[in-house]
Amino acid sequence: MKRQKITSFLLRFAVYFAAAVTVGALVFVVGYILIKGVPNLSLKLFEWRYSTENLSLLPALLNTVLMTLLSLVIAVPLGVFAAIYLVEYARRGSRLVRIIRMNAETLSGIPSIVYGLFGMLFFVTYLKLGFSMLSGALTLSIMILPVVLRTSEEALMSVPDSFREGSFGLGAGRLRTVFRVVLPDAVPGILAGVILGVGRIVGETAALIYTAGTASDTVSGLMDSARTLSVHMYALSQEGLYVNQTYATAVVLLVIVVGINALSASLAKRFGRRR
Amino acid sequence: MMKHNSFARETAAGRSNQVREGAARILFLAAACVSILAVLLITFFLLVNGVPAIAEIGVFKFLLGTVWKPGNDIYGILPMILGSFCVTAGALILGVPIGVLTAVFLSRFASKRMVKAIKPAVQLLAGIPSVVYGFFGLVVIVPLLGGRGSMLAASIVLAIMILPTVITVSESSLNAVESSYYEGALALGATHERSVFSIVLPAAKSGVTAAIVLGVGRAIGEAMAVIMVAGNQPRMPQGILKGLRTLTTNIVMEMGYSADLHREALIATGVVLFVFILLINFFFSLTKRRKKA
Repeated sequence: MKRQKITSFLLRFAVYFAAAVTVGALVFVVGYILIKGVPNLSLKLFEWRYSTENLSLLPALLNTVLMTLLSLVIAVPLGVFAAIYLVEYARRGSRLVRIIRMNAETLSGIPSIVYGLFGMLFFVTYLKLGFSMLSGALTLSIMILPVVLRTSEEALMSVPDSFREGSFGLGAGRLRTVFRVVLPDAVPGILAGVILGVGRIVGETAALIYTAGTASDTVSGLMDSARTLSVHMYALSQEGLYVNQTYATAVVLLVIVVGINALSASLAKRFGRRR
Repeated sequence: MMKHNSFARETAAGRSNQVREGAARILFLAAACVSILAVLLITFFLLVNGVPAIAEIGVFKFLLGTVWKPGNDIYGILPMILGSFCVTAGALILGVPIGVLTAVFLSRFASKRMVKAIKPAVQLLAGIPSVVYGFFGLVVIVPLLGGRGSMLAASIVLAIMILPTVITVSESSLNAVESSYYEGALALGATHERSVFSIVLPAAKSGVTAAIVLGVGRAIGEAMAVIMVAGNQPRMPQGILKGLRTLTTNIVMEMGYSADLHREALIATGVVLFVFILLINFFFSLTKRRKKA
C-alpha cells in the first residue's frame, strides 16, 4: 500500500514537473526576448529607409505584409475551392478524394527548406522569375495550401446538411447553394485556417532565402528581391554585429505572432460556440 | 448529398445555369488537383536536379562517404545524415517525455482553469518562428554550453520546438480514450495516477506514436533554428558537446555560393531529406491506419 502511494506520488510529480517545464520554456523564451528586446525598440528602427547606419526594420515589415497578402491571394482561393470540391462536389470517399487528401498531407509534412529548394529550381530558375517577391509568394502559397485546404474542409463539413437541403428545396442550384448558403456559414472556420497560414508565412525563413532573396534597402516590387522580417532577423543574427537590433526584430516578430494567435483563437471560439 | 440535375430545366436560363454549374465544377476540381500537381512538381524537380549528381558521385560514395569537401570535389553526406539523426534523437529524448507528460497533465490532471491557461501557451509555443528559437538558442543556450554550437544545443532548441506538436496530438488522443476504461480501473481499486498511466496512456498509444512521428518530421526538417546553434562543421558527429552539421543546414549554408556539381550535390542532399520525410509520412499514415482498424 505504501509503495503504491510512493509510485502515485512520483508519477504525479513527474506530470506536474513536465507541465511546469513546458510553461517555463515558453515564459523563458518569450520573457528573455522581451526583456532584452523592448529597450532596443526605437522610432529609428521604423524609418522608411534601411541603411548600414540605421538598420530600419520597416522595409522588412512592409515586405512581410506584402508577401503575406500576395501568398494569400494565391493560396486562399485555391485552398477554399479545393475544399469546396472535396466537400460539396466529390463523392465522399471516392478514390480521387483519397488521393488529394494524401497529397495534401504529404505537402504539409515537407520541410520548408525543401520548399525553398523547389521554389529556387522551379519558380526562380525554370520559370525565370528570379529572386523576387513573386517567387517567394508562390513558394509560400504552396506551403500554406494544405493548412488552408484542411481547415476549410473542416469548416465546410461542419455546416449542417439541412442548410443545403433547404437551399436546394427552394430551387437553388449547387453553385448558388455553395456561395450563398454554405460558404457564408463556414467563413469563421476558414478564416481561422487562413490566419494559421499567415502565422507560418510571417515566421518563414528557410523557404524564402533562396526564392525571394535577402535584398533589404526598401519596399520591394513584385519582381524585386524582398526580405521579410524573419529573413531580416536571420541576416542580422548571421552578421553578428547587430545583436540589439536583432532582439528588437525578435520582439516585433513575437508581437505579430501573439496577435495572430489571439485572432485565430477568438475566431475559432466564435465558430465553436455557434456550433 | 442530393443530386441537382432535376433543377436544370430546358430553358435558356436553365441552360446557362447548367453551363455555369459545369464551369464551376471544373474550376473547383482543378483547384483540388493543385496539391497533386504540387507534389508531382516538387518530386520531379528535385529528382531531375539531384539524381544526376548522385549518379555522378556514385550512390555509395554519396550516401556513405564520410568526407564533405566541395573544394576537392569530395561529396559524402554520411556526416550530415548522422548529424540529422543525432539532433533528432536528442530532441526526442528531451522533448517526448516532457511533451507526453504535459499532455497527460492537460488531459487528466489539470483543472479546467489550468487547461484554459496552458493551452494558449502551447499554441503560442507552436507559433514562435524558428529564427526566434534559433536566436534564443544562440544567445542563451549556446553560451551555457561552453560558447560553441553543439549537438546538445541543437537538440535542446529542437526539443522545445517539437513540444507543441507532441503535446497537442497526444492530448487529443488521450482525450479520445473512453472514460469507461479509466472508471473501470478506478473501480478495481487503482489510484488515479495508476489508472492514467497503466490504462489510459496505453490505450492512447497509437495517438502518442503519431505525435512522436510528427515530432521527428518537424525536427529533421528544421533548418534555421539548427543552423544558428549546431556549429555546422561538416564532420562525423563527435560527441554531444561538439558541433555537427545536419542535412538541412548543409543546404542553407552552401547553396548561396555553390555552382555546378557542388550545387547539384546540395540539391541531392535535399532529395535525401525529402526521401526521409516521405518515409516518416508513410509511418505516420501507418500508425493512423492502425488506429482505425
